[in-house]
Amino acid sequence: MENTRRFCVRVAECRWILPLLFAAGLAFCVIAESGGLLNSYTRFALTTMAVNVILCASLNLVNGYLGEFSVGHAGFMALGAYASAMLTTRLFPQMPALFIPALLAGGLVAAGIGFLLALLSFKTRGDYLAIITLAFLMIVKSALENIPWVGGPRGIAGIPTLTTLPVAFVAAAATLWTIRNLIFSKFGRAVVAIREDEIAANAMGVRTREAKILAFSVSSFFGGVAGALLAHQITFINPGSFDIIKSTEILVMVYLGGIGSLAGSVLGAVIFTLLSEALREFGTWRMVILPLILVLLMLFRPRGIMGLKELPWFLPRRELATRRKKS
Amino acid sequence: MSALLEVEDVTMRFGGLCAISHCRMTIPAGITHGIIGPNGAGKTTLFNLITGIYRPTEGRIRFQGRDISGQRPSRIALGGIGRTFQNIRLFKNLTALENVRIAYDTQLHYGPMESLLRIGRHRRSEDESIARSMALLEHFGLAGLASLHASELSYGAQRRLEIARALALKPSLLLLDEPAAGMNTAETAILTEFLRDIRSHFQVTMILIEHHMHLVMNLCDQITVLDFGRVIAEGSPAEIRANPRVIEAYLGESAE
Ligand SMILES: Nc1ncnc2c1ncn2[C@@H]1O[C@H](COP(=O)(O)OP(=O)(O)OP(=O)(O)O)[C@@H](O)[C@H]1O
Ligand SMILES: [Mg+2]
Repeated sequence: MENTRRFCVRVAECRWILPLLFAAGLAFCVIAESGGLLNSYTRFALTTMAVNVILCASLNLVNGYLGEFSVGHAGFMALGAYASAMLTTRLFPQMPALFIPALLAGGLVAAGIGFLLALLSFKTRGDYLAIITLAFLMIVKSALENIPWVGGPRGIAGIPTLTTLPVAFVAAAATLWTIRNLIFSKFGRAVVAIREDEIAANAMGVRTREAKILAFSVSSFFGGVAGALLAHQITFINPGSFDIIKSTEILVMVYLGGIGSLAGSVLGAVIFTLLSEALREFGTWRMVILPLILVLLMLFRPRGIMGLKELPWFLPRRELATRRKKS
Repeated sequence: MSALLEVEDVTMRFGGLCAISHCRMTIPAGITHGIIGPNGAGKTTLFNLITGIYRPTEGRIRFQGRDISGQRPSRIALGGIGRTFQNIRLFKNLTALENVRIAYDTQLHYGPMESLLRIGRHRRSEDESIARSMALLEHFGLAGLASLHASELSYGAQRRLEIARALALKPSLLLLDEPAAGMNTAETAILTEFLRDIRSHFQVTMILIEHHMHLVMNLCDQITVLDFGRVIAEGSPAEIRANPRVIEAYLGESAE
């Protein structure tokens, strides 16, 4: 028993496993994409899983690390999806090389709007974020429906398939890396301090408003990138693709996997994707089952599976050293 | 000698309740100032006013000559006022080291992009923040507990950690709200020595709220007595001990 535990700790603290997993994962994705290793349905599901990792990790920044409650993540996806799709279908079609700039552009549009929304929401103390993000979600949806230039209710069709499995995999890894860098910096610690005790954080010189705005903007950025990836995966988007149900799905991933944890974000996205593929044949019952899972989680395991715990693989070396308990 | 902190005719009302009324106080740099008074006298409210949690209904607070009333708490903290809380407010799910680092972080100068992409000053600053915070924990005898969550520490260690965290801000004024609360006589005696050491080591001016008379009388250069939000006496420990109004309002009920 003791030996098993010690072995697990050794593995968890092993620094080369995660890079190795990344390399192996990437090789697998490339081979799967080119060869006949996987059927297109499985490839599609795995791509969805990678996009879900991005969605889950980025929402976790606000709902987990910061401890606020945003229900607007689908709105940022919509902004990223539309902005990037406009670029790849209208401005520079037939130029797949410009996909990465288009992804970043989608992220930046979402981050810009996220920044303005955060400026508004975190102006005063108090918890209005859930309501403000809900309103934001509805405004985005009806705005998109009423702008003929972006296709109105019919949306945009004929988006090139650029989100391949390797692209989605690399994007997910890059997102995790970037969010990890933020979390294990003075900015991330400020964000977590606000969740722990906002008054104490303030008294320790944490500029709480700036920290919240930063967390929210970065979260929106990756929400936008995920939306852009999704648009170029499913090749057809309309305002209805980004509704409260989409937001709820991301919330389920976050609270399932675990708040304030990158490992939890990955776990939540993976379990959720598998679950929702398994539930596909239940059709409309999914709409009942998903919110039900969310309610049950909130009641019985509000922090999720990995809540506030991190797998050492995701910790920078120096952080890991400070967390080793002296025995 | 110039005043470090001046409370100028400050009044704080919560609806109909007047928690602080026309309070005046002058704290010269370098001294240790005690605030005593019965429960509900307004002592904690005064700290909350100084640290910007509340904005005074009337009056002004000056720190190092500048009016700080109405400034954001983070701005006041960065200006050089550190504090602890009557009901310990640590970041419970974070390690002791992280608690200190969060306060120390305010002295690190790198931008969000540098940390997102792990470039520039990020790496050096982070190493420095760990080393400095560890050194501070060491000074407080908490180095061995650095990797424990704040909630896992003993009550006494939590109190010490909260003081260490406040000092990581490198404040010129330290506000301690009942540091000896819940301690017995022996523990209080140890705390008294500990505070004496901090005072000389960190060269910090202190204001402390306390009910333990022994600690206050031993440590403080001057004392303010509050009762129902009013200053009813002010002076050296000897003067306060001899003041009949104080004995009546406060010491009378808890005299040993
Ligand atoms: N935010 C608030 N809203 C309303 N009333 C308040 C608030 N804060 C403090 N008070 C009231 O102000 C008065 C002074 O409270 P304060 O906490 O400053 O007393 P204290 O001297 O610190 O007492 P103790 O020794 O019990 O800590 C009390 O009557 C309290 O109920
Ligand atoms: Mg009090």
